[in-house]
Amino acid sequence: MGPFTLVPVTEFDSRPAVDTVSQAAATPDTVQPWKELGLKEDEYARIREILGRRPTDAELAMYSVMWSEHCSYKSSKVHLAYFGETTTDAMREKMLAGIGENAGVVDIGDGWAVTFKVESHNHPSYVEPYQGAATGVGGIVRDIMAMGARPIAVGDPLRFGPADAPDTARVLPGVVAGVGGYGNSLGLPNVGGEVVFDPSYAGNPLVNALCVGAMRTEDLHLAFASGAGNKIILFGARTGLDGIGGVSVLASETFGESTGRKKLPSVQVGDPFTEKVLIECCLELFHAGLVVGIQDLGGAGLSCATSELAAAGDGGMHIDLDRVPLRAAGMTPAEILSSESQERMCAVVTPENVDAFLAVCAKWDTIATVIGEVTEGERLVIDFHGETVVDVPPRTVAHHGPVYRRPLERGAHQDELARNTPDTLPRPEAPSELRAEILRMAASPNLCSRAWVTDQYDRYVRGNTAAAQPADAGVVRVDEETGRGIAVATDCNARFAALDPYAGAQIALAEAYRNVATSGAVPLAVTNCLNFGSPEDPHVMWQFAQAVRGLADGCAQLGIPVTGGNVSFYNQTGTTAILPTPVVGVLGVIDDVAARIPSGFRNAGDVVVLLGRTHEELGGGEWAHVVHGHLGGTPPTVDLEAERRLAELLAAQSPTGTHDLSDGGLAQALVEASLVGGQGARVTLPGHDPFVALFSESTARVLVTVAPDAADGFLAAAAAAGVPAERLGEVGGSVLEIANVGELPLDELRTAWEGTLPALFDA
Amino acid sequence: MRIGVITFPGTLDDVDAARAVRYAGAEAVSLWHGDHDLQGVDAVVVPGGFSYGDYLRAGAIASLAPIMREVVDGAAKGLPVLGICNGFQILCEADLLPGALTRNEKLHFVCRDQALRVENADTAWTSGYGAGEEIVVPVKNAEGRFVAAPETLAEIEGEGRVAFRYVGGNPNGSTNDIAGVTSANGRVVGLMPHPEHAIDLLTGPSVQGLGLFTSVLAAV
Repeated sequence: MGPFTLVPVTEFDSRPAVDTVSQAAATPDTVQPWKELGLKEDEYARIREILGRRPTDAELAMYSVMWSEHCSYKSSKVHLAYFGETTTDAMREKMLAGIGENAGVVDIGDGWAVTFKVESHNHPSYVEPYQGAATGVGGIVRDIMAMGARPIAVGDPLRFGPADAPDTARVLPGVVAGVGGYGNSLGLPNVGGEVVFDPSYAGNPLVNALCVGAMRTEDLHLAFASGAGNKIILFGARTGLDGIGGVSVLASETFGESTGRKKLPSVQVGDPFTEKVLIECCLELFHAGLVVGIQDLGGAGLSCATSELAAAGDGGMHIDLDRVPLRAAGMTPAEILSSESQERMCAVVTPENVDAFLAVCAKWDTIATVIGEVTEGERLVIDFHGETVVDVPPRTVAHHGPVYRRPLERGAHQDELARNTPDTLPRPEAPSELRAEILRMAASPNLCSRAWVTDQYDRYVRGNTAAAQPADAGVVRVDEETGRGIAVATDCNARFAALDPYAGAQIALAEAYRNVATSGAVPLAVTNCLNFGSPEDPHVMWQFAQAVRGLADGCAQLGIPVTGGNVSFYNQTGTTAILPTPVVGVLGVIDDVAARIPSGFRNAGDVVVLLGRTHEELGGGEWAHVVHGHLGGTPPTVDLEAERRLAELLAAQSPTGTHDLSDGGLAQALVEASLVGGQGARVTLPGHDPFVALFSESTARVLVTVAPDAADGFLAAAAAAGVPAERLGEVGGSVLEIANVGELPLDELRTAWEGTLPALFDA
Repeated sequence: MRIGVITFPGTLDDVDAARAVRYAGAEAVSLWHGDHDLQGVDAVVVPGGFSYGDYLRAGAIASLAPIMREVVDGAAKGLPVLGICNGFQILCEADLLPGALTRNEKLHFVCRDQALRVENADTAWTSGYGAGEEIVVPVKNAEGRFVAAPETLAEIEGEGRVAFRYVGGNPNGSTNDIAGVTSANGRVVGLMPHPEHAIDLLTGPSVQGLGLFTSVLAAV
């Protein structure tokens, strides 16, 4: 049997034969399953060259998972370097840790640092929606813990196939229950995210998970193993047969191909209780100063944790696999090293602190075991049953994986897409048609209320949530004394990215930036989760390269750094890739969360003002999608200077309420501002074309409300700041009344907006 | 005035409960699940969460924890005890309160702002409210559907031991819209909704949850 064949444990009636380093040296001609493990022929040859012999089964397992696309970023590395090249010293000023660490860390002032990151768990969530999504949350939370931070909030950008597709009815409820089941059990408020439906995600849903953590700046921990003699302690859950091969098979192969299918049952199983205890245990360990270095065990399990810790340190490492607490008998070294059992962490601890470390773990009933130590020299040596089964230079595993400069090609159909503009689509003209289309849009799956989803998430726990969905951004208090806090938003309109990936990534950035600004916070840093099809498809690779450049250039223009990110390739079914989906997360700081700006129409009598300029921009927009099923033309123009001026105006002027304009344009913004804020309004549309005013998706626009006596001052400030501003009307009543369109009673709007998801998923 | 807040492994809302105690003007004292010591507190809050993961019946394991023996003994002597959400489940499992909490009607977790009517304003934890007063506090649970045997139900209804009832929509299918109940002597109260999340308009839908924590100040 091969090293990755899952066999019921009871079939092991004797110790399995173990492939040792000496045996590997003596049997160079043994045929190895490198191809089945996802390695290319030249990659396997390179491993042999590095080691000067064939790898052992355990080494082959380590290299194959660590050199997988998911772990090694082999196709994206050459492009991601551009983030570094475009980050200036001024942008780095507030960055305490950046790309390459478990998560980026930024200084938010008063001695506080915040870390945040988004990661994908797409493929496991298609196979097993509940556990895939649950362990996605678990993984990102451990990344945040590994920086020394207390996780303080989560959020989940989710994408599914058509809302009414049978498979969406299988996947969505499971994913939502998994996100809630795990996150709620950890006591982390879920403050935002996205739910998007598009046919391109039908066989490949996107489950991205965001986590934000906070710490005192002096508590920042980095993943490295230094100091010969320091002990390596594995703590948390036991290591079992779950998730073996998950990285190389689930995350790096395309569904619909025959290979790898037999390993699909290996989605990991989450245990949020163990993770909650692990969080509290880790924080107590950090505060007691008992940790030199720390690393979470996620994709690639111990292979990743040991090789990355050793590679980042100043010596080698020796591990005794017999000491790893196991959940199943008879596991091979390769299985132990590749297991993706959840809720495990690995720490480097000085010998004198080991007892104190173990005592803290005992208090929390957390299993903790010394499994090895940092050594002199430069080798990662792993023993099993008294024999050496791994002896490798750790950097060759963790950092020196293959790097591909894959072919890029824009593709002829990109021009066809651009030529297929929405200009000739039939438009509503009569007021009654416009009114009907506002209602139809509000009820459409991508614009309707997300409450069916978000009401399954706890947004209150820990008592620091100052804003959560359906607000434009989540706002969380970090310091209870001063009120200092953060705002966070994630966004992406993949249809824009399909029309122009460079602009699409910038629009995603602009929207997340704007959402943070509408909450009253100052945008500070950026993270991303870049979901794309197969990198072996030159068109996909072109989309990816364009999106990275767009995002990096955009961040440079806005002066906020990308502090980390995640790439998920192979999101496709057969040869059909998903829409390019560069999800962008922006984090902002707010000096006192009490000064946050609420969402929507709150106070009767307030003046409604539209900030920003509306052009006729319908390409890739929600109206063309909902009403005509159309995707073509060019996306809205990006104007990041206008976004910056807008953000600065909002920070300086503190309106009484805000709502960002994005998907669905002004029409949807008016509907949501009314329903979320609980007040109607009487407004007159800007410009001469009510249709364009209602449904164009021009960027850099925000709906604000201002107290009547402050309105003139606000408009003057907008003019001085160079932000176009137009008074639309006044808040109040139980009707949204749009001049020359009609009256939309809030009750009627609410029925339309809130009914869709329950009707689809409350079966 | 010192009010204990218990932390079990898997407890989540202990920081919130402690904050509510402080907002009410009392001192919050941390109590650890494995201790047999109530540290001389004047009242106890059993907060929400998923104690020991709740992988058995919700609250079943926690009801047997060392600290709960002390709480049960204390309650017998009139110690005011408040169970919120998982704490309510634990108090039911410990037989301090009647009935049981089962899976929500629609089988998924529900988090929303919920209107409640204070049905009994004569308990240690509700004396600050007027009978019939309506308050809005968050509700958030997956197993919050109150059920009881018909004779038990008749008894608690007949004796006025329903402390809180859902109004404006029942979030989980609880029998008779029951959101919270009290012991016969009015010293022990349990409810599924979370008054500790409604003490500050910055972070909650109202400040109407604070009344439970101020009420108890007058009860000891």
